[in-house]
Amino acid sequence: MSLHLDATPAHGPTGAARQAPPPRPQRSVRHRLTWLDIKGSPYLYVAPFFIIFAAFMLYPLIYTAYVSTRNWTLGAPDSTPAGLANFRELWHDSQFWTAVGNTFGIFVISTVPQLLLALFLANLLNRAIRGRVFFRIGMVVPIVTSTAVIGLVFSQLFSKDFGFINYLLQGIGVHHIDWKSTKWSSWIAVATMVNWRWTGYNALIYLAAMQTIPKDIYESAALDGARPSTQFWRITLPMLRPTIIFTVIMSTIGGLQLFGEPALFGSGSHYLQGGSLHQFQTVTMYLLQEMFERSRLGYAGAIAWVLFLMILVTSLLNFLVIRRINSDK
Amino acid sequence: MGVISRRRGFAAVAVVAAAALVAAAGCGKSDDSSSGGKITLSVTVFGDFGYGKAGLYDKYMQEHPNIKIKELGNGQGLTDENTKLDQTLAAGAGAGDIVALEEGTVTKYKGLAQDFVDLNQYGGAALKDNFLPWKFQEGSTADGKLLGLGTDAGSMAICYRTDMFKAANLPTDRTAVGNLWPTWDAYLAQGQKFAASPAGKTAKWVDAATNLYNNILMQVAGANTGYTYYDKSNKLVLDSNPDIKAAYDLTTKAIGEGLSAGEISFSDEWTAGFKNSKFATIACPAWMLTNIKQSAGDGLSGKWDVAKAPGDGGNWGGSFLAVTKQSKHPAEAADLVKFLTSPDSQLAVFQKANNLPSSPKVYDNPDFQALKDPYFNNAPVGQIFGAGALSLKPVYLGPKNNDVRTAVEATLQAVEQGQKTPAQAWQLALSTGAAAAK
Repeated sequence: MSLHLDATPAHGPTGAARQAPPPRPQRSVRHRLTWLDIKGSPYLYVAPFFIIFAAFMLYPLIYTAYVSTRNWTLGAPDSTPAGLANFRELWHDSQFWTAVGNTFGIFVISTVPQLLLALFLANLLNRAIRGRVFFRIGMVVPIVTSTAVIGLVFSQLFSKDFGFINYLLQGIGVHHIDWKSTKWSSWIAVATMVNWRWTGYNALIYLAAMQTIPKDIYESAALDGARPSTQFWRITLPMLRPTIIFTVIMSTIGGLQLFGEPALFGSGSHYLQGGSLHQFQTVTMYLLQEMFERSRLGYAGAIAWVLFLMILVTSLLNFLVIRRINSDK
Repeated sequence: MGVISRRRGFAAVAVVAAAALVAAAGCGKSDDSSSGGKITLSVTVFGDFGYGKAGLYDKYMQEHPNIKIKELGNGQGLTDENTKLDQTLAAGAGAGDIVALEEGTVTKYKGLAQDFVDLNQYGGAALKDNFLPWKFQEGSTADGKLLGLGTDAGSMAICYRTDMFKAANLPTDRTAVGNLWPTWDAYLAQGQKFAASPAGKTAKWVDAATNLYNNILMQVAGANTGYTYYDKSNKLVLDSNPDIKAAYDLTTKAIGEGLSAGEISFSDEWTAGFKNSKFATIACPAWMLTNIKQSAGDGLSGKWDVAKAPGDGGNWGGSFLAVTKQSKHPAEAADLVKFLTSPDSQLAVFQKANNLPSSPKVYDNPDFQALKDPYFNNAPVGQIFGAGALSLKPVYLGPKNNDVRTAVEATLQAVEQGQKTPAQAWQLALSTGAAAAK
């Protein structure tokens, strides 16, 4: 609109525009094209993203919602309406709630230490230490390693019979842990894999954010006698707030969709089981089990939608909490 | 005719269009899945069906220069294969030409018979006598469609480590070993002897409760009801079939006596357990021999042997080859299936990859009878596995057999891991098994 108004006075002084003959058609076309270009092209530029988003995100989301209200066996030509029966069944499904508990449990014991450690590492690497480049590159290595490899290596480390971790624990007198057998031991094993992979990634993001904080703030703080720890709490942390919010939300989304690590940890012909009593079966693993092993598309759709809502709510809660903690400073 | 002469322009267009259509159809016939005028047929398997090792693909391609065979999925797990098959069947594309169906899941695919070619249309019915009667029956649907032709049968034996038996002061000769255990109870009693011996300090008697359980169940069910989790009308009978409870109780007894190494079967740790000599015996359908060879490796060649199983025969496992409706060359694919499942091919597979033929015509063959396996201390595997195969009593497996089985197996693992008592685990098995059957 602004351009249109700007363009009008170009016809002449005040009043001239009103009395001027109507613009010649070709001018008007060019005029409209310019207007369209300015107004429309930004949408055109962002369109590819939204088209892809609609095709691969929005449409599946809506279609999944539709599927979740059907009784549909994978491979069967027809489905029958089920109303909210799938959701009602889910509400009373103890295996689902076990999976929810596992997902949140592993999420908490992986994300919290992970982000704290990442912050600590980033703070260290932000200083002038010897071999800084080496350490910074070192942090990236786990990210470029494939989940499958990590899963294989860690499954062997946590093996009950010949695992290196059990071997080390034996040295300090702890006897033979069957990592897959109990809830806590399997959670710790899975969380270790997750942390190993993602701590460096988050540290890198924190480090990048720390380097955008102007040096002179630190210098004047140092002149005022603020010690490094005070500088960290009073300057670094508050200035990192948007970054911390970003990493917390990304970790929430990733953590609640956790699949690769626990699936690879439970190697064997029925790895989606997540342990004999579903000790480490996450929601996504249960979703896949219902969908592809038990062929219940409608029920899997209901799980997918509940998971989506859980991620939405948890991300929102985390966002509110993190924002609050930081603005207290 | 008059129309054509009057409307020459249209006619020309129509001719061109028709030619294009024919050309397109022709492409579909010969070009679509072929290279250089050849037809490519895919064979999707799990584990190892041994066709490559036995040279059967090469032989077929030599005899049929227009066919190219591509095997997919060698080494993958059964669950993975079924999952991908379910997905590609549902998607309507990507399932390939020939797929392997295992006996535990073939009933499920009979419910999806519309996705498979009826092999009777390609002369399958005439091959009936090539297969054990129950095997041919298992591959057919209730309304007489032939879904798949049989590949192998499992049969049953016990594989054992001669060096460990020696260390435990047990006999090592396979006949004497077979005589140690006329029953499963006797088998467990020998296990206790083993556990008390020096060899029992580093190794357990059996690999995993689940393998033991499946073998016992298939044998007991074969001898009694003839079915396991589902009766023959596809009704879930998990809580009422006495055979299941009998096998379950025997297995938890073995666990309680500390005889199981507690591995998750087919997991990496299980595989490592072979190499690291963590167990002395394993319940051994014929297809298990290949698993042992691959997992234990050449270093343990000659230390394994095969003895007869406790009890009276039995069968666990065995598969079928089917042609999907998605195949663009169903006639050629059906012909390849007939070749791969022929008695001669089955014998070749047994010689190279141990999968026991499901064709009774092979069992009398002198080559089959004479076959010894050097890896298993020259055990006469043909005689051992062939002996029970003819008198095998088939076990009917229902539509969601493998899902229910998985749920029940998990509760046994929970007992092994000390998380549940046998009584708790059985109650859990009843509820999770029923949930898995939904």
